[in-house]
Amino acid sequence: MSAPGTNDTEPWPLWEVFVRSSRGLSHLHAGSLHAPDAEMAVRNARDLYTRRNEGVSIWVVRSTDITTSDPDAKGAFFESPRGKEYRHASYYTESEGVKHL
Amino acid sequence: MSDQTFRISAGEALTAEKITEAGEKPTEAVANYALRLGDDALILAQRLGWWIARAPELEEDVALGNIALDQLGHARSFLSYAALAWDKTEDDLAYFRYEPEFVNLQLVEQPNGDFAATIARQFIISHFQFELYRRLVDSTDATLAAIAAKAVKEVDYHRDHATQWVLRLALGTEESRRRMIAGLGVMWPYVDEMFRDDDLVESLGDAAVRPSSLREDFDTVTGAVLAEAELEVPEGFVARGGGREGIHTEFFGPMLAEMQVLARAHPEATW
Repeated sequence: MSAPGTNDTEPWPLWEVFVRSSRGLSHLHAGSLHAPDAEMAVRNARDLYTRRNEGVSIWVVRSTDITTSDPDAKGAFFESPRGKEYRHASYYTESEGVKHL
Repeated sequence: MSDQTFRISAGEALTAEKITEAGEKPTEAVANYALRLGDDALILAQRLGWWIARAPELEEDVALGNIALDQLGHARSFLSYAALAWDKTEDDLAYFRYEPEFVNLQLVEQPNGDFAATIARQFIISHFQFELYRRLVDSTDATLAAIAAKAVKEVDYHRDHATQWVLRLALGTEESRRRMIAGLGVMWPYVDEMFRDDDLVESLGDAAVRPSSLREDFDTVTGAVLAEAELEVPEGFVARGGGREGIHTEFFGPMLAEMQVLARAHPEATW
């Protein structure tokens, strides 16, 4: 099976859409869509993902341009932080005399 | 997703319901003018709605559907306002008038044709409506000004959508270019009618916008896009027009019948 947006029956490539809901927040992945090029992808994203006042900014990127982590490498990638409590702020005790913590 | 990451709200905007509720009666002349603009938007919305589930891609179904709904919203506002003058409702005006009582431009009733023809029609009407609403926000009639203020932002997007497609179709493949040229050729004869002044507009003074005053900007803006698309402004045949007096092309009747059949078969039905 070919990647989405790359076979002959899908003439328009697939794009991933990221929407920022308000100033100060990050762009979040909202979904994906088909579009002939980047400019039209932004416009389609506006129609599909910001119909109900959801956003102030849109990013689009070709799905094929995204490099993903390997789902089979779960252990090496995502299990390493386990047991490393010192990476969390809550691991540390409050020092005497430090205010506003 | 939490409420905080995706805030969803309708926002404040002028609606047809608010216009009806306010009950600010327009003069007969203002009502007739609102009827024209409302009919343009209504008939265009009806035509565009046909594309849903028929556009080249699902995304374009949504885009054209959105534009149709925007137009329907404008139509509801204009018709609701006009209706107040005659103690009628927006539905009375949309569903229970006959063909010669509709005063829309002949352009908007033209058949959809292929996608390029629809884009050609959309390109022309969106640029026209944008220039019109941009000026109507300064109308001495407060309700017309308020409707225009909301509509101009939406129509700004419609003209961008149409412009993008004119460029892509014209500069795309040999076939898409052929279709874009053909589409413009079919629709352009109806451009002339849009800019004709008449007694009603003259009598309204600064409450209305003189169509002839829009021509220069329309020509400049559309001309620039067509030049970028390496297209000629179509010349030659000019349709006789008359939409503002209730004269319509052969395509209008069947479309109107389809639009009105449900409301006429079941008067006052709600769902």
